[in-house]
Amino acid sequence: MEYVVFAAAAAIIVGGALGVVLSPNPVHSALMLVATLFGVAVIFVQQDAHFLAAVQVIVYAGAIVVLFLFVIMLLGVDKAEVLSTEPLGGQRPAAAAVAVAGLGLAILLAVQAAEVTGARSVAGELSGDYSNLEIVGRTLFTDYLFAFEATSALLVIAVVGAVVLARRPRQPEEVGTDGG
Amino acid sequence: MLSAVWLVPALPLAGFLVLLLLGRRLGDPLAGWFATLMVAASFAAGIVTFAGLLAEDAEDRSFTFRLFEWIHVGGFEVDVSFLADPLSVTMVLFVTGVGTLIHLYSIGYMHGDERYPTFFVYLNLFAFSMLVLVLGDNLLLTFLGWEGVGVCSYLLISFWFERNTAAVAGKKAFITNRVGDWGFMVAIFLTFFALGSLTYAGEDGILERAGSLPESTALGIALLLFVGAAGKSAQLPLYVWLPDAMEGPTPVSALIHAATMVTAGVYLMVRVSPILEQADTALTVIGVIGAATALFAATCAVAQRDIKRVLAYSTISQLGYMFLAVGVGAYVAAIFHMVTHAFFKALLFLGAGSVIHGVHEEQDMRRMGALQKYMPVTAATFIVGWLAIAGVIPFAGFWSKDEILASAWQDNKILWAVGFVTAILTAFYMSRQVYLVFYGEARWHERDIKSPDEALAEPEHEPAAATAAPGDEAEHHEGDPHESPWIMLVPLVVLACLSLVGGVINLPWWLTLEHWLEPSLEGSLHELEVAGWIQVTLAVVTLAGAIGGILAARAVYLRQRVPAERVEPPVLQHAWYVDEGLSAVVDGPVEEVADGAAAFDRRGIDGLVNGIAHVIQAGGSQLRVLQTGYVRNYALGMAAGAVLLLAFFITRASF
Amino acid sequence: MVDDTWYLILSAVLFTIGGMGVLVRRNPLVMFMCVELMLNAVNLTFVTFSRALDDVGGQVVVFFVLVVAAAEVVVGLGIIVSILRRRPGATADDVSLLRG
Repeated sequence: MEYVVFAAAAAIIVGGALGVVLSPNPVHSALMLVATLFGVAVIFVQQDAHFLAAVQVIVYAGAIVVLFLFVIMLLGVDKAEVLSTEPLGGQRPAAAAVAVAGLGLAILLAVQAAEVTGARSVAGELSGDYSNLEIVGRTLFTDYLFAFEATSALLVIAVVGAVVLARRPRQPEEVGTDGG
Repeated sequence: MLSAVWLVPALPLAGFLVLLLLGRRLGDPLAGWFATLMVAASFAAGIVTFAGLLAEDAEDRSFTFRLFEWIHVGGFEVDVSFLADPLSVTMVLFVTGVGTLIHLYSIGYMHGDERYPTFFVYLNLFAFSMLVLVLGDNLLLTFLGWEGVGVCSYLLISFWFERNTAAVAGKKAFITNRVGDWGFMVAIFLTFFALGSLTYAGEDGILERAGSLPESTALGIALLLFVGAAGKSAQLPLYVWLPDAMEGPTPVSALIHAATMVTAGVYLMVRVSPILEQADTALTVIGVIGAATALFAATCAVAQRDIKRVLAYSTISQLGYMFLAVGVGAYVAAIFHMVTHAFFKALLFLGAGSVIHGVHEEQDMRRMGALQKYMPVTAATFIVGWLAIAGVIPFAGFWSKDEILASAWQDNKILWAVGFVTAILTAFYMSRQVYLVFYGEARWHERDIKSPDEALAEPEHEPAAATAAPGDEAEHHEGDPHESPWIMLVPLVVLACLSLVGGVINLPWWLTLEHWLEPSLEGSLHELEVAGWIQVTLAVVTLAGAIGGILAARAVYLRQRVPAERVEPPVLQHAWYVDEGLSAVVDGPVEEVADGAAAFDRRGIDGLVNGIAHVIQAGGSQLRVLQTGYVRNYALGMAAGAVLLLAFFITRASF
Repeated sequence: MVDDTWYLILSAVLFTIGGMGVLVRRNPLVMFMCVELMLNAVNLTFVTFSRALDDVGGQVVVFFVLVVAAAEVVVGLGIIVSILRRRPGATADDVSLLRG
């Protein structure tokens, strides 16, 4: 049964990824991305990472992709890109070569690395008494509290940065009206 | 009293600085008197130091006065210190003594010259440099003085630089000296390398430890120092500058090229005698070159026409004698001859200057003659000098020359023979000079010879402008020759007295100088073991040879029994065509080599450097292609790099 | 139980596809989306190993990756917006002023 779930999810993931890369229309790419993210969420559930699956759907698929779509629509870049030509000579063959080599090596690594030999349960037991949400929460707010606070600061900075980057340059005579 | 030694060089230095700033204000003749006063004061300080040394026992006569620390770098320590020991004090005494007399003479001789104060600036600077050379307690300080006197020599030879020959002569002197200086410098490096020190005196000094030198190293140091000495003291083949140096004013010739600077080479050799003693081959080389130079220069002097050139070649010849003495280990004889030579050669040069002054700047001896009547004091003192240099008893030159010849007889009979022949030639050419200048027929103008009284009644003439070239006598004979002013005659008289009695400082039965100098020679002296009767026989033989030379000259030049042209072939007049030969070589092959080297430098070395830059530039242009500006290309590069790293780690790490 | 190797291979494939997308596409927004694909592949790997090692640390890391990816998207899109406002229709190839 699990194989079926895995196979289906894998198919969605790979298909969606190929769709992202191969669609000329960026809106189609964004929708394919959503499919991929759902597939990844299913895999998360299968790996007993329930909390992460939820966060994945809410944050990634729900916020980030929506943000992408907003920008696409706002800026009108939804025109199709010409995929048949490649202005930079040699880029595609070289990229293909690198990709194949990289994939080969990664698979080699994956096959060899499946037998994990590291220390178990360093941060906390997953298969222990607590539910997944509980154990993640506990670890996050005790061992990784500093990182947590730091990321919140990061988010604030990111927001401020985005506001500064995206606003229109303020003209002197426009004081009083909304600067955008 | 010994601490007065620092005053000896300091006073001329002070004179130099004061005259540099105020010389023009002081003017003629006050600047000259001031300079003379400084050198005389230095002489007084030398006397005080001498007295201080006498007060010590013979073994303790070595006093180092440290002025200040100079270079202390790693193991290399050199201070500005003055060494007062018998050898250096001897040098100081005659340098400052003769120097004072020449300064006094110059007050009169240079009177009327436009750059009168400058002359004395240079003279005092010279005195300072020479005293640093002599008093320095280490090779580096000696070298400093060495270079200083070289510079002053250049400045003074080309003092009348408006005359092209003078400017050229100055350059020639300096460049030839430089060749010698190369040898000196390499010797300094070698000495430091071998002995770790450059200081003469003391337990760690180079003289004390010279015995530890392997023979090859000592030979190297000795020969290289001799190269330097040959340059400074005009030995073969670096003598070519001295005859041309006569372009300078006569006091310069007297001071620098007769009495002091040229003796620096001999001083150096005697100072490092322990090192020379370690390498017999070096002594042989020095002796042979000294003897050869003596003979060579004597042959040239026979045929010279300019009154000063005869004396120049004579100086080279006598210096050859001094190096001959060094070569046979007779260091005391070399110093003795140096001192007596200073007396009579300075006397001869100053006398020649007086003659030139008296005949209104004429220097060609063929146009002199019968001057004894007109310049009696000059003539008398010149004759004393003549007898001294010819080696006639009891004048000073007799004693010093015979001591050298006796030591030569003991060491190498061939060298003695060369010295003997040279002595005969010396007597001959000096007699020739005396007869041509002071006796015979008057050839200085076409009128009849006036009686001495009428000549002396002529009004005193100002000396003709210094830029007059010798030879254009027709317009310059405004009157008859006249005696020089007292200020020029006094030094002549003093030097004549010294030439007469100077032999007393090392008479063979008392050997005062030898005992005095023993502490400075550290046992290097080769004792004279020739039997007394042999010494007397040799002296008599030499004296006979000298008298023979005098008579021969008398026959040719006074009695005209033999025509002069037979005795003065052109080859001797042109000094064996050495200068012409050098010019030919330098203009021809040497210039070719220089052009080749310049071309190599331009094309080869510059080409190499520029070529490297060019290659790098080309490489850069090629590499530029990688910088496309496209983000995706850069991303591709990063991805490729990451894949390579992954491959590396997979294959290296073991699972 | 599905063997962990399959999960790892899946994430390798996803990563490679994302990498190819970044190198091949010119539209800046699509390139950004491909970067998100690569990040997801990494998340997959982390979760896989987290389960294999029975360690919650891996999941915590994924959490942080998610947060940082979100922040990164925000700022990145801000940059893209400001660039595209000046030059509408610009692609990744048009910003090549650093050409040597």
